[in-house]
Amino acid sequence: MTIKFYDDEISSRLLIGTALYPSPAIMLEAIKASKAEIVTVSLRRESGTEQAGQNFWSFIKDSGAKVLPNTAGCKSVKEAVTTAHMAREIFETPWVKLEVIGEDDSLQPDVFGLVEAARILSEDGFQVFPYTTEDLVVAEKLISAGCEILMPWGAPIGSGRGLNNIYGLRSLRAHFPNIPLIVDAGIGLPSHAAAAMELGYDAVLLNTAVAKAGDPVLMAKAFALAIESGLQCYQADPIEKRDMAAPSTPVAGLPFWNQDHA
Amino acid sequence: MPSIEIIGSGIVGLSCAAFFAEKNCDVTVISSSNGPDENCCSWWAGGMLAPWCEMESAEPLIGELGLESMKFWKQFTSSYQQQGTLVVATSRDLPDLKRFGRRTNNWQQVKQDQIATLEPDLADRFTTGLYYPDEAHFDPRQVLPELVTHLKNKGVKFCTQTSFSKQELEAPSKADHRIDCRGLAAQDHLDELRGVKGEMLLIKSNEVKLSRPVRLLHPRIPLYIVPRDNGLFMVGATMLENENRSGATVRSVLELLSAAYALHPAFGEAEIIEIGVDARPAFPDNLPRIIHRGKTTYLNGMYRHGYLAAPAMAKQLVEQVLRLNTTSEQSNEPAHFTGNM
Repeated sequence: MTIKFYDDEISSRLLIGTALYPSPAIMLEAIKASKAEIVTVSLRRESGTEQAGQNFWSFIKDSGAKVLPNTAGCKSVKEAVTTAHMAREIFETPWVKLEVIGEDDSLQPDVFGLVEAARILSEDGFQVFPYTTEDLVVAEKLISAGCEILMPWGAPIGSGRGLNNIYGLRSLRAHFPNIPLIVDAGIGLPSHAAAAMELGYDAVLLNTAVAKAGDPVLMAKAFALAIESGLQCYQADPIEKRDMAAPSTPVAGLPFWNQDHA
Repeated sequence: MPSIEIIGSGIVGLSCAAFFAEKNCDVTVISSSNGPDENCCSWWAGGMLAPWCEMESAEPLIGELGLESMKFWKQFTSSYQQQGTLVVATSRDLPDLKRFGRRTNNWQQVKQDQIATLEPDLADRFTTGLYYPDEAHFDPRQVLPELVTHLKNKGVKFCTQTSFSKQELEAPSKADHRIDCRGLAAQDHLDELRGVKGEMLLIKSNEVKLSRPVRLLHPRIPLYIVPRDNGLFMVGATMLENENRSGATVRSVLELLSAAYALHPAFGEAEIIEIGVDARPAFPDNLPRIIHRGKTTYLNGMYRHGYLAAPAMAKQLVEQVLRLNTTSEQSNEPAHFTGNM
């Protein structure tokens, strides 16, 4: 089952980052193993100028994946907007993963700057994927600013803690049933990614969990399986939790001493 | 024995020269600089021989080459010091120390009192760390000139040529075989070669004394401080996927300086002596390669492992080239094959 991110139909529910791998060769293998169709690329940190980073970008182009440039490391609206413009020129895509970082320790998004930058970029024809918190009001404002996708965090970037606020993420899903929602950041284990998909999220974006694993390629496969599993679980409509055991075999006809424990 | 022309006098060129000279070949090293200087990556290196620590993120091959290369360095330099490596982390990065230990071996866990014995100035600053007793370090800026002197004594000729035209590089060598050790400059012949930007600092402090390289774990880059003579410390090094060598960024310098400061606040008063930038030559797998093309052989792609990998790779290269020259003399045809190890 495909999903629509702006004008593009996407099959894979895993979006993967391109930083921190032991080598570009391993990065390419991991991307392949993850079956991701979209890769994120940090423009600002990795490349001083357009020319200087060419070699690395050619690896990313070789992966065949669609590029989602990000504004990682930007701390103001102006920086983020400038970086987005550079990215559009270099990668020839209207897509941008918008990050406006508000706090150094947690790399938490500055949601005020984020909304403003999202509005400026959307008006300029960009298709913005905003990295945000699970806050509903911010989400509303991002949508009003022109975003057709939301990317709430699971936990702080690189922390590997999984889904910190399941309740908040579930509310967000319930409030925006028709907006593609991607959990971005904080994923450490495939089970975290599966949990996000089981909540009905449309996709998961991660980087560190794969890139810094002892075997990034194997970990990429593990995530691909987990995300597929979480997606199928959601589509299959899982059972609800109950307080008491519910026997899977009928109890009528069993002797009373077995019924007690059925 | 064939005559050998080596282009490049960085760590790769000099290592090749050493092994060819050992086989009594007639060796000439041609380079754009008069001896090793700031034009080559080797000049900016930390000079850590840390094959075990590097296993945290490098391929096992680098560890194997490293063990072999350490034997080479031990005999060539007076500044070789086997004091081990100390790896520490700030309290918020302690989970990374666990992971570092899990991915490497040949270490001992050290607690606060043992850290105090190893590095008295770091007493009370860190509660736990990993100690790699067999690792060594030296000052590349002492080693490189020492190696040149050694090679000159062995009869290796050095010749300065500021640049090479395309024609010169493509014309057959006057020597029997040419070894191209130009590092990133060989991008014109080696398509897959790319540069990985690195930034480093040299600071001077008389308040802090360290006996060995100390690594401070950082979520993105291997950060280390290597003590050198006269109160100097080398702080390195960033890794950025671009080839821009024009200058260090403020952010990188801040990051390196804050690492020194986190290690010991007295570094706050240290003097900044130098900010260095270069781009390391690397292939897509970040592993070195020997590539034979007719009468030219390339050794390149040392990435961040020049001192660890170059001598061991040079030794292999010399064996391959000598075998190739014997074969081509017999068959009277130049051998053509490309391969890596």
